[in-house]
Amino acid sequence: MTALLPRRGLAQILALVVILAVDRVVSPQFFDLRLQDGRLFGSLIDVLNRGTPVALLSLGMVLVIATRGIDLSVGAVMAICGAIAASLADSHGLPVVLAAALGAGLVCGLWNGFLVAVLGMQPIVATLILMVAGRGIAQLITEGRIVTFSSPDLVWLGNGAILGVPVPIAIALGMLILTGAVVRGSALGLLIEATGGNARASELAGVATRGMILAVYVWCGVCAALAGVIAAADIMGADANNAGLWLELDAILAVVIGGTSLFGGRFSLVLAVLGALIIQTMNTGILLSGYPPEFNLLVKAVVVLAVLLLQSPKLSDFAGIMARLRRTKP
Amino acid sequence: MENSLDPAPSLLEVRGISKSFGAVRALQEVDFTLRAGEIHALLGENGAGKSTLIKVITGVFPRDAGVVRLGGEEVAPRSAKAALQAGIATVYQEVNLLPNLSVAQNLFLDRQPMRFGIVREGEMRRRAKALLTEFGLDIDVAAPLGNYSVAIQHVTAIARAVDLSARVLILDEPTASLDRHEVEILFGIMRQLAKRGIGIVFVSHFLDQVYEISDRITVLRNGRLVGEREIASLPRLELIRMMLGRELAETTSARAAVGEHKAREICASFESYGKAGYVAPFNLELRHGEVVGLAGLLGSGRTETARLVFGAERADGGHARVEGAAVRLQSPRDGVRHGFGYCPEERKTDGIVAELTVRENIVLALQAKRGLHRPLSRREQDEIARRYVKMLDIRPPDAERPVGLLSGGNQQKVLLARWLATSPRLLVLDEPTRGIDVGAHAEIIRLIRELCDDGLALLVISSELDEIVTYSDRVVVLRDRTHVEELSGEAIDVTNILAAIAADGAAMQEARA
Repeated sequence: MTALLPRRGLAQILALVVILAVDRVVSPQFFDLRLQDGRLFGSLIDVLNRGTPVALLSLGMVLVIATRGIDLSVGAVMAICGAIAASLADSHGLPVVLAAALGAGLVCGLWNGFLVAVLGMQPIVATLILMVAGRGIAQLITEGRIVTFSSPDLVWLGNGAILGVPVPIAIALGMLILTGAVVRGSALGLLIEATGGNARASELAGVATRGMILAVYVWCGVCAALAGVIAAADIMGADANNAGLWLELDAILAVVIGGTSLFGGRFSLVLAVLGALIIQTMNTGILLSGYPPEFNLLVKAVVVLAVLLLQSPKLSDFAGIMARLRRTKP
Repeated sequence: MENSLDPAPSLLEVRGISKSFGAVRALQEVDFTLRAGEIHALLGENGAGKSTLIKVITGVFPRDAGVVRLGGEEVAPRSAKAALQAGIATVYQEVNLLPNLSVAQNLFLDRQPMRFGIVREGEMRRRAKALLTEFGLDIDVAAPLGNYSVAIQHVTAIARAVDLSARVLILDEPTASLDRHEVEILFGIMRQLAKRGIGIVFVSHFLDQVYEISDRITVLRNGRLVGEREIASLPRLELIRMMLGRELAETTSARAAVGEHKAREICASFESYGKAGYVAPFNLELRHGEVVGLAGLLGSGRTETARLVFGAERADGGHARVEGAAVRLQSPRDGVRHGFGYCPEERKTDGIVAELTVRENIVLALQAKRGLHRPLSRREQDEIARRYVKMLDIRPPDAERPVGLLSGGNQQKVLLARWLATSPRLLVLDEPTRGIDVGAHAEIIRLIRELCDDGLALLVISSELDEIVTYSDRVVVLRDRTHVEELSGEAIDVTNILAAIAADGAAMQEARA
């Protein structure tokens, strides 16, 4: 790894720069920014704005994956919380709406955490339960309809701006800072990495590994709830069938692109968010290029493969062997 | 070769095998000879090199030096599959078959009878049935293997191995999870196979079984060959001495004078402490400034005692006291809270977090003890890491190196540092010198003495009896998951410990049967 990547994050930054450059080629106005009605507009802002839900999901997901777990239910949790927010938006104030939605996310996280940490279920199976059931719950909340709302407060959450910066971007940035402060400011980061790196050893060293695992699933649920509220606010409605659909996979992808191993251990919040941005930059670029969106999936796969190859220890072993061979040749 | 002297021709000859993992020499010029038609027990404590020897013979690990000859011809299999094709089959304790497939499918995996590209199920079942009948098994071969007991799974694995024209059959702890009756069945099959001229290597730590079934034994210790004997002429005490002892002469202890420990304060005490099916209830007092050694054979309950004391396992009876106050030890966290530390035997799986740095591994227990809300700043962490890297001479002296890249001895020191950083009152060390090169070995022993002089209470497990004799103030001897003897003062010597371990083996055998 060190052979190809002298510093952590170089692969991701390189990838982002290359994709941005490609985007600039297919769309010459890509880097143009303009201020309109107190809000910034432009493709770059669009990337950040649209990337927000996956970025938020990846913030929770990266912690879960660091404990050697996975959370497949985040898309469904988005749908549940979006549905709750949309249903309450026109009858209650924003604090109540947010509290209800985030509270629901927290309960979802507790459920997942309970199954994994207390009952010892395999994370992929445990969270699959809520992935399936969650969408049903969301449909029950919306009674099978698309619930629309017009509460200006909630709409502002999806479409407003703070000092020209769209609110979703500000929220995502705020959550990144908050998560970073909590995780790295306390001992949580070290203890999560230890739990994911070797749960048995950490347990014997006195680490409350169950508590760690429970905590990360709860946080993942809260992040998903926030993503769900923003996604609902963005379209001014909740669609239980499609909100957050397949986004759990994008979130996992973002984490993996961000260099966190699915085997747990070391994680990076910033790189996971960067991974989310890489994915969104690709999506936007393909849309702008005028290629049919079907290409999106293929291009995404190729870029992911490239980033993962750059991180692959086998590949750097191979590169090391090749370098040695070259050196030994006269 | 002294083949002319052997009553039977050598089937498998292993000469001068060496194998190192990094700085650790797992095998040093080991010889091993297996005759056709014999059952040959391979003995040694954990880490003696039994598994490594088997894996080198079967090509799972490449060897550094030495030759393996099968029926006089040199073989060098590159994988377990190649070894199987050459005629050396291994059945591990955890049966390497597929529980979800039928017995017949397992027996003929990879070589199913085919016709026109289709597996002939009927033919396969018929042949499976016939094969197992030879082994005295009459079971439904169409049922999934996982439905059957471990014993039957073992027999299936053996049948498969033998049917693949095995000439050498290596059984690694085959009886560990079998009951008495199942062991009898397995032994019957082993004897029958031996009669057919197959050479069987039997790895086990049940000495009664070794005496019951084996013709000869080979003992390894610390990666070296200790000796090869005919079992009939080998007293049990002598065998245990081969497995555990070194030279019996040079072992007088370097401990404090007798009687002095009486004055020492009790750090932790355990009364009728135990857990059913784990360790029989025991009484144990651990005093400040005193080393208590736990001696016994593999599986005698040493590690189990250590885990109960630390809180890694919950006792189902008895009382524990720390500094006189009654405590409940329900989890490792309880142990840590009461000032206990535990360096487990399996460093890699239970000790280090390989991916994290030396610094992070050292501060882990202290941080866990302080709790989430009181994080150690990076500067404090650096300071702690620097102090212990220096104090314990951890090499390389780079606290930011992932601990997985360090040698075994240095990993052990990192684990010691992890607990010392918590300022413990009691340290439990399970095989602290296992798999460690000679230099680090002496250092660890010196450290144990120093820590003890600083007033720490220590509970140390070791298979190296002379090592235990060197540093222990008292020695508790275990046999069959029971504390059978406590030696102190001048009574501590290798002979007495051996005698306690070996005591009335014959009576035990009777009790079991």
